Amino acid sequence: MKIHEFQAKELLSDYNVPIQRGHVVYSSNEIEKTIKKVQNEFNSDAVVVKAQIHAGGRGKGGGVKFCPSKESAIKSANEILGMNLITHQTGKEGKLVNQILITEALDIKKEFYFALMFDRAKNADVFIVSTEGGVDIEEVADKTPEKIVKTWVNNDTYPLENAVNTIINALSLNSFNDAFEIFTNIYNCYSNSDCNLLEINPLVITEDQKIIALDAKVDIDSNALFRQEKIAKFHDTSEEDPLELKASEYGLNYIKLDGNVGCMVNGAGLAMATMDIVKHHGGEPANFLDVGGAANVDTIKNGFKIILSDPNVKSVLINIFGGIVRCDRVANGVIQAVKELNLNVGVVVRLQGTNAKLAKQILDESDIELISAETIDEAAKNAVGLVS
Amino acid sequence: MSILLNKKTSILVQGITGSEGLFHAQQMLDYGSKVVCGVTPGKGGQTATDNNLPVFNSIEEAQKEFSIDATVIFVPPRFAANAILEAINQNIGLIICISEGIPVRDMKKVKSALDKSSSILIGPNCPGLITAEESKIGITPGFICKKGSIGILSRSGTLTYEAVDQIVNVGLGMTTAVGIGGDPIIGSSMIDILKHFADDDKTKGVVMIGEIGGSMENEAAEWIKNNFNKPVVSFIAGQTAPKGKRMGHAGAIISEGSETADAKIKILKECGISVAKTVSEIGETMLKLIEE
Repeated sequence: MKIHEFQAKELLSDYNVPIQRGHVVYSSNEIEKTIKKVQNEFNSDAVVVKAQIHAGGRGKGGGVKFCPSKESAIKSANEILGMNLITHQTGKEGKLVNQILITEALDIKKEFYFALMFDRAKNADVFIVSTEGGVDIEEVADKTPEKIVKTWVNNDTYPLENAVNTIINALSLNSFNDAFEIFTNIYNCYSNSDCNLLEINPLVITEDQKIIALDAKVDIDSNALFRQEKIAKFHDTSEEDPLELKASEYGLNYIKLDGNVGCMVNGAGLAMATMDIVKHHGGEPANFLDVGGAANVDTIKNGFKIILSDPNVKSVLINIFGGIVRCDRVANGVIQAVKELNLNVGVVVRLQGTNAKLAKQILDESDIELISAETIDEAAKNAVGLVS
Repeated sequence: MSILLNKKTSILVQGITGSEGLFHAQQMLDYGSKVVCGVTPGKGGQTATDNNLPVFNSIEEAQKEFSIDATVIFVPPRFAANAILEAINQNIGLIICISEGIPVRDMKKVKSALDKSSSILIGPNCPGLITAEESKIGITPGFICKKGSIGILSRSGTLTYEAVDQIVNVGLGMTTAVGIGGDPIIGSSMIDILKHFADDDKTKGVVMIGEIGGSMENEAAEWIKNNFNKPVVSFIAGQTAPKGKRMGHAGAIISEGSETADAKIKILKECGISVAKTVSEIGETMLKLIEE
């Protein structure tokens, strides 16, 4: 689960990591008051107005503005709050800015890149730092990979202390007495908060020689939210695709894509493989949808509702491997769902596994219009055929 | 022969009184698996399944009465890591964790304990394993499996079934199918399982099914090239998956270029491994390779 910059900074602050300070504004009538508050509280005439959305690239998209005076700050804040911000990560439709962060402006001497994440291949957490901060790190990795330093942490083989010292050397921070404590605190924040990713870009050195997190991007392990009460409240549903959100309420795993062949499958791997074979036959999958292990009438009906809420969908391909679930039951579920929902798109069904033959017979003999197929290949060809 | 599991393997079920655990313990018994007892803390003294298997409070108690070769875990995700740690502490040789949704931080602890032990962990978030016509541990449907010569190894549940079904339908049959799980941290990697298949005389070829995310397939490809001389057919799911989106499995997310399906397919091919173009062609591709 992604959280906003101001929430991520709050987490860091809880671990005594110095952050660029500020206050959040949710409505335009709080703007002037908040700007004054930031100016007084942090003794900073200039302020920075920052759009709070999950997507990256906010600065380039016009969602972050440096404002030398109160007047310019009021103007920028009014422009950014409520704007539809388009960045390379939001897609062309953009994202509505529901809240902005107004922060102190700092005199920056140096900018670093900093990130902490889990490295699967090494089975250890990895610190990634670079002296090239504030820019797109993928570009740095591409053009000057020697400027990226990685160091690992794993309680057994790679002690945290060593990793922190490596970072301090890599960033030439040896003269900063608090550097060791700050990086240790960031790691503890990352670990105790169940972060998948904690990225600070940039981490800066100010003219008055302080290490400060200017930005923060955090992704939390959703499976650990049961023990992260505070972070669980940071969940911002307005950041999610409404269909994906609706699907998760039904207990379905749905991801919207750009094509027109709707896919309903049990199991994540088989769902991906089904999307792939649609593409292989010249079609474009409209979605990823895993209805889970127990496909029954309700999950299939709900699956149809979600898939058909996408107006691009012109045909639906159902691919279920019935293991413990009997295919004849799934077939009856499909028939019932198709009847109740009054479908006006073509449906192709492929059921394999327990009682598959009986299931095909039930589908073939039913009075509803659908195509039943035996193999995934045949099913995908048919589903693509219906839209072309 | 087979790998890891045969009809003599004596099995304990952790979480046997829960609905999932009870249902699948019965399914396993019906298939012929030698399930001997179960564990649910606080429910010791009860019995479970149609076979009235004894339930114990802990693995330690169970081991006083039974010799246990393997344990299968069906407990809610927030307790699952502790269930695995209990099994490791009790020196159970083979641990299969079906539970999905275990926090990564908990699995880091498990992995570190596992590395210091001699236990083998399969999963979590996996369908388990099955040796055709002998025994199954987990949730794989038994009736699709027929004895034969192909080993199957997969990160995904239903794709394992799909592969088994095709391998049986082309007439090759299978030795053991292992679902290693779709999480970012899992107990046994593809290479770990391939090593078992390498040592098994009955296994003449291996189907290896991967997906986007991580680099396990790439490491397995290099390992196969240098160490494994049985035919391998691979398939990688997720060619149409967008970057940065988690495709169901917690581990199925592309965060780097080397984690895409196309990158993995390229590396597999470079290492001389046959890659099925679509999911439909897994069985046929293996048949051709074996006949050559």
